[in-house]
Amino acid sequence: MGGLIYLKDVVTLKLDEEKCTRCGMCLEVCPHGVLKMNGKHIAIRNRDACMECGACSRNCPFEAISVQAGVGCAAAVINSMLGRKDGDCCCLIESETLPLAKKKTTCC
Amino acid sequence: MSLPRLSQGFVIGSVSTSMGELPRVSSELRWQDHLGTIKARWGIGRMDYLIDPGLYALGHPDGSSPVLVSANYKMSFDKLRESLPGRDFWILVLDTQGINVWCAAGKGTFGTEELVKRIDSSGLKAIVSHRSLILPQLAGPGVAAHQVKKLSGFSVRYGPIKAADLPAYMNAGFKATTEMRLKTFTMKERAVLIPVELMETMKPALIIAPVLFLLGGLGGPSGFWANALNHGSFAAMAFLSAIVAGAVIHPLLLPYLPGRAFSAKGLFIGMIIALSLICLRGLELQTWPGRMEVLGWLLIIPALTAYLAMNFTGCSTYTSLSGVNREMRWSLPLEIGMGGSGLVIWIASRLMT
Repeated sequence: MGGLIYLKDVVTLKLDEEKCTRCGMCLEVCPHGVLKMNGKHIAIRNRDACMECGACSRNCPFEAISVQAGVGCAAAVINSMLGRKDGDCCCLIESETLPLAKKKTTCC
Repeated sequence: MSLPRLSQGFVIGSVSTSMGELPRVSSELRWQDHLGTIKARWGIGRMDYLIDPGLYALGHPDGSSPVLVSANYKMSFDKLRESLPGRDFWILVLDTQGINVWCAAGKGTFGTEELVKRIDSSGLKAIVSHRSLILPQLAGPGVAAHQVKKLSGFSVRYGPIKAADLPAYMNAGFKATTEMRLKTFTMKERAVLIPVELMETMKPALIIAPVLFLLGGLGGPSGFWANALNHGSFAAMAFLSAIVAGAVIHPLLLPYLPGRAFSAKGLFIGMIIALSLICLRGLELQTWPGRMEVLGWLLIIPALTAYLAMNFTGCSTYTSLSGVNREMRWSLPLEIGMGGSGLVIWIASRLMT
């Protein structure tokens, strides 16, 4: 299986070829093989495989990559729509004022 | 500055350093560690499954031993040390508030700031002579390697995604293969997520299922309990089947279900479950209440399954936020519409005599 692919043509990943210096940091951190090394700079190999984790742009010393990073989690989206501050998915970090019993877990 | 406590259950000894006594741990997990993992997988005491942040010695490291960085979720820490038998490392544990590496990196708690702070407070600079750290690759969303270098003087190497690949990565001279850098989502990786999902969903379900059973008793020509046993128990069973379909079958069959959107996959299984249950029960389409009952469940079951499937996006390893937003734009109104109208139609079918 060549890796699971989510929806097509939704990803916000952008590459500024001018700024790229071929340092290759983005290739190290990308967990889905989205990028590849091309002759003069990095190129996007498989855009739809991008999960917008933001690792590439955060680790690019030259700000050549941009992406609207976020966690693709429906529960977190619903929580934030409902205005819950602890609007997170896998990793609910509760505000410290909440009693232990109220701690909630979802996913991963 | 506080050192990690030596009194933690998994600590087997201590190492004297210029910073004081640091806890020593082994690569061998004890039965208590395995039990802890099982409990955490079932959602029992999961949010308190954390260890003290700071520096630990694995084996007998010295000033030139490599430094690995991990989260203070005990399962992450255990996975790491378990994969390094017979080796000597320093393990720098960050305070991620008991959250695993990837999730914490996504939130920024496993981030540049915490790493730089922890390098400082652990006294790492006095303990090792080199200035190099090995981070799990999945820390990437939170840590900017070049900024860590600038702020702390330590250069960051990203190791493999799986701790189990660390020995091979070390032997190859800090080189990860392409496979080591790809995050998979195998059957096994999906299956271990099921218990927590199921436990969370079952909590409200244990209240809703009896309510459905009692609602089934309303109306109809027979007595209340005769109705409840017939229509009510079917309702409760249909509801629980929808949950099992969404929280168990969907994760297991994920790659084989039609559609890319998780809700679409969920609708598909939900429809199959609904049709199977209705056929098993025997169609009763001669009367209006009978037809409406069938229609009601044909709407409710897929709606529930699709909703649960949609929520599995957060557990998956490949969904983007843009994609989830796109999916939810159509699926959430559909799920609420189908579920709500299905419930109204079913209750109406009970009230018609």
